[in-house]
Formats: sequence, C-alpha cells, structure tokens
Amino acid sequence: MPKTPIELPDAIEFLSILDEHGELDRSLEPSIAEESLLRLHHTMLLARRFDERLLSLQRQGRIGTFPPIAGQEAAHLGAVAMLRPSDWVVPAFREMAADIWRGRPLESIIVYNNGFNEAGRIPDDRNDMPISIPVGSQILHAVGIAWAIRYRGQDDVAMTFFGDGATSQGDFHEALNFAGVFQVPAVFVCQNNQWAISIPRAKQTRSQTLAQKALAYGIAGIQVDGNDLLAVYAAADEAVKRARSGAGATLIECVTYRMAVHTTADDPKRYRTDTEVEEWRRKDPIPRFQAYLTDKGLLTADAIAAEESAVQAEIQAAVDRAEEEMKRLGDPLLMFEHAYAEMPEYLKEQKEEFIRLLAETTEEQQNA
Amino acid sequence: MPKMTMVQALNLALRQEMERDDSVVVLGEDVGVDGGVFRVSDGLIQQFGETRVVDTPLAESGIVGMSVGMAVYGLKPVCEIQFSGFSYYTLHQIENHAARLRWRSQGRYTVPLVMRAPYGGGVRALEHHSESRETFWSHIPGLKMVIPSGPRNARALLVSAIRDPDPVVFYEPKALYRAFREEVPDEEEAMPLSRSVIAREGRDLTLIAYGAMMRPTLEAAEELRKKHGVEAEVIDLLTLSPMDDTLLVASARKTGRVAVVHEAPRSFGPGAEIVARLVEKAFYHLEVPVARVTGYDVVIPLFSRETHYLPGVPRIVHAARQLLAA
Repeated sequence: MPKTPIELPDAIEFLSILDEHGELDRSLEPSIAEESLLRLHHTMLLARRFDERLLSLQRQGRIGTFPPIAGQEAAHLGAVAMLRPSDWVVPAFREMAADIWRGRPLESIIVYNNGFNEAGRIPDDRNDMPISIPVGSQILHAVGIAWAIRYRGQDDVAMTFFGDGATSQGDFHEALNFAGVFQVPAVFVCQNNQWAISIPRAKQTRSQTLAQKALAYGIAGIQVDGNDLLAVYAAADEAVKRARSGAGATLIECVTYRMAVHTTADDPKRYRTDTEVEEWRRKDPIPRFQAYLTDKGLLTADAIAAEESAVQAEIQAAVDRAEEEMKRLGDPLLMFEHAYAEMPEYLKEQKEEFIRLLAETTEEQQNA
Repeated sequence: MPKMTMVQALNLALRQEMERDDSVVVLGEDVGVDGGVFRVSDGLIQQFGETRVVDTPLAESGIVGMSVGMAVYGLKPVCEIQFSGFSYYTLHQIENHAARLRWRSQGRYTVPLVMRAPYGGGVRALEHHSESRETFWSHIPGLKMVIPSGPRNARALLVSAIRDPDPVVFYEPKALYRAFREEVPDEEEAMPLSRSVIAREGRDLTLIAYGAMMRPTLEAAEELRKKHGVEAEVIDLLTLSPMDDTLLVASARKTGRVAVVHEAPRSFGPGAEIVARLVEKAFYHLEVPVARVTGYDVVIPLFSRETHYLPGVPRIVHAARQLLAA
C-alpha cells in the first residue's frame, strides 16, 4: 500500500506576448487582420476616454454611480474580439469596453447610468445578457446558456466575465464544476484586477493563481497578462475554439489592474498606495498596443492624435444625444412594466392608485 | 379515468409536457437514474434519455443558476430541489435573476423555469425536511408561487407552470404525495395559475387554506356540518402569488366570518396578506376579526411533537366555533 503521487492532467501556464516595454514575442503573435487591429485600437481609446468622461459627468452630478474600467480595456477587448454576433456574452458590471465592442451605443450607457431602466434593454439582434451586479452570480447563467446551445446543436459559445473577488463565491465554483461535468461550450474570463473594493487579491485566496482553480474542475485554465491585448486574444481564441469544437470550457485569468476607483462612491486612498497605482500605470495596455501597431506600420503619432480627436467628437455627440433622449424619458408608470408577462390584478390596482395619486399631487402643486 | 397518487399525477404532467415540447428539460439531484427521491420523475430518463433528464452535481444554487441561463436561451427547465429546506441556496438566483431578468432586460429576456420542491410536515422526517417557507417566494415580484392540494390539480397546475412565461416556484405537499388517489384524466388538462377555487360551498363562515392543509380543513368543515350544523365554505388558494383575491373577498362578504389555515409560521405568513386584503376589500362585511390557524412562530419541532405544531382538525373546528360564537 504505497503512497504515490497522483499525476494531474495539466499544468498552469502564464502567457505574455507583448510586454510592458512593447517587446513582442513573434513566435506567439496571433494573426489578427489589420482592420480588426485598428478597430480594437479605436475601441480601446474610445472606452478609455469615455470612461474619463463618465467620471467627470459623475463628478458634475450629471450621471449616477458607475464602475470605471480604466486599465482593463485589453482584458475586455482581447476576450471578445473573435466572438461572433450569435455568441453570448454574460457580463458582470465592469466590462464596458466589451459592451461597446458588441454594439452598445455610448448614449445607452449614459442613459442607463442616469437611472433609466429603458437603456437596460438589449437590442433584439444581440445575444448578450444585461449587467449582473451580485458578484459571481452570472457565471452560472453562462453555463446554462452554453448547455442550451449544445442541446440545440449550435456551435456558439457563452463567454462570461467576473472579477478576482468572484472566485471566492460559491456560484463560481458551482459554475466551473457544472461546466466540467457537462462539458459545455463556456469561456470563463476572470478579470483579476487585484482589488475587490479594498480587499487585495492575496486576501481572496491562498492559491498561487486563480487560473489553477480550473484544474480542480477538470477544465482548461490559463493565466495571461491581462494588459497585453495579444495575449488575452490568443488565450481567448484558443478557448473559444475549444468550446466550439465540443472540447469543453476554459478559465482564463487576466492579470490586470483597476487603475481607478471601484465605483465613483469609493476612495482607494484608504487601502492602496499611489506608488502601486503608478507601477501599474507603466503597464497600461494602451501605449504598448499603440507601440505594437506603430512598429507594424499601422499607426503614426499623427494618426493617434487624429484618432484622439475623432474619439472625443464621438463621445461629445453621444453625450448630446443622451441628454436629448433623457428629456423624453422618465414616465414613472414604467416601473409597473415587465414584472410579469401579464400584469396581475392587484398590480393593476396599485398602478391605478399611483395614477390617481400622481394626478392629485400634480393638481395640488399647480394650485399652490 | 385512472386513479393516481399525486406523485403519479406529477409524473404524468412532466412526461406529457416533455412529449409535447422538446424545450422542456428536467434537471436536479437524483432525478434521472433514481427517478427522484420521491419518484416524481420515475421513468423519464428511460423515455427521454440523459440529455433531457439531467442528474446534476449536488449544488442547489448551481441547478437554479444554470436553469436561469437555459431559460434565457429559450428552454423550459423544470428543476427539482429535493426538499424545500435546501432551496434557500437558490433564493439568491431566484430573487436576483430569475424573477427580474424580464424587468432588467425590459422584456427582452424571460425566465420560464419551474423550481419544484416538496414542502411541509407530516412525514416523520429529519430536521430541514418539514418547513413551509412559501412566504419567502411569495414576497418576490416577478415570481409565481403555486401549491397544489391533490393529484388532479397538482397535474393541471404543473402543466400550467411549465407553460407559463414567467418563473414559478412549485411547492408540492409531500404529506399528500401518496396520501390518497384521485381520478386524473389521461388527456391534457391544465388549470390557470392565479385562480383560487371553492372546494366546498357554505354560507356560515369561510375557511381559506392551501396545500396539505386542505385535507384537515375539509375534514373540519365536514365535522362542523355533522356535529354543529354549520356550513363552512372552503377556498383552496392554489396560487399564493400573484394572489387573486376575488373569491376570498366575495366569500368574506357573504359569510362575514373568516379563518385562514396554514402550516407556515403565523407572523408575516400568507395569512397576514390575506387578512390585509380582506380588511381592504371586505372590512364592513366582517362580523368578527379574521382568525389565523397556523404554525407557531417557532422552528417546526422534530416529528414527536409535530402534530402539536401543525394545524389539525380540532384546532380548525375550535377556531371556527369561536368565530361563530363571537
């Protein structure tokens, strides 16, 4: 009765293709069409500048609380860039760059963050889920969607996003376990941005990596430099192909950094140092991707400057459209809609009660 | 018409809905090879295979969270939680997602899942196997909460729950699983959700109950007639939420004397909502305050004392006579 080591199926690898100094490992460089590379650059820049604009709108009281994405653009876009429109994205709440890539108009994001449910509607031609705020709970939905995709004999995939904090939730583990047991076409993209509000990654788990948790569930796992768009793309492309071919799910840990606040209600100075933020700023995903595109002859300093102005104009137009649109929204009766397919009798009564109250208070105000 | 137990009637509903619609999928712990610990899904895996009758890992939140995704995609998952005492892991998925994805997506996505779970006392079980926590689910906007009381309505309501475009929590009174048989038609039969029924007509007082409490309530009504010459009207709620109070209000206006019977604890129980509705809509017709014959506000005791906790015929008769004496 010997004591023998058990051989586990996989080892966990770390993937980096374009490092923070712009050094490229040509042997690993993914093949991405030039047009797509430029569109990725445009969306990265757009998402970053829009994020900055949202922060300033929030500080002026022109939108409500929102979770900035700065620093995570590559980890969003590298993951979704190869998806088809018919694939499903199941987001958490900090994946704005992916949302924009998938077709969300900027004004819809502004309107939503001003508290209008109307902007939560997903257009009929997109197969994506709305944001999910309870941490980690949406990961299971991706497993169910992926299960249904396979049940219907389709070769689409379900890609879900969540943060490092979510890996402490039971739903994360149940989702990976179910995905392993049912071999579903799901891709789990962990945005390890180092901080779950004030709790650092090291206090979430004693595991050396988050990616290694895949091993326990019998699915593939990889850790990538999340600020390296090429590495995220390469890992996601492999995961998506694995899922489409019926070979099961993958956990991708994108090592990235939340450069800004958790949400606009948060003050990171209470729990992390400026030095740390500065160190990560040097690993910013955008300049290194620009250096890569410049080396490839696809960008010049002038082109970047032109792109910056184009992006700002696009954002300003969206802000204007949103403010125009919001003048037409706000009918309070909307809160009674979309509870059930058919409104129950007592809810109709409550709605009528509200309409009468509204009419009376309006009349009182007019008389006063 | 064949006579069936509730277990057989529920099995018939699942089988016929699966035959009718290939988007209906059954999943849960032990639902496949084992046919469910109460045998509600017995034989389904043989007929439909393991792609449609899915034995899942042991994780309730996982089962319901996965069902949310399946339903959003367009399937109709019917998931079984083995005992309602273990369903609270799923409260998070039901409250935060199943019941509000229609709202969150402004009508784009719906979650037509059914979560079945046996509830209630009366089977000499261990702790966590006897609770009645229907209030938890009844308080959630966007969700439906259904509790049948016999084989025939269990079958017809489960059919409607599966076809319903919104999520439904379907509590099965396990004390009635094999307690009696009823004629259940082979041909399709559905009953509308959110409709109560008059189980027995009467003019002197109204007894409102549902689920496993329907049997002692009907027995109490019979005793009231035989021994005391009192004609009690008995209403079977069937759907707790969204609650249709039409019959309750009409009956209360007719008799002026009402008792609500449930095995769930009294405070904030379904009886509280019923009393509130009657106060709002039948106050001037009530001759006496509405009585609540319910479980006490304690954890349901282990089974040696369970009969003292559960409302039985004597307690219901006693409450009815007090209503009439006042």
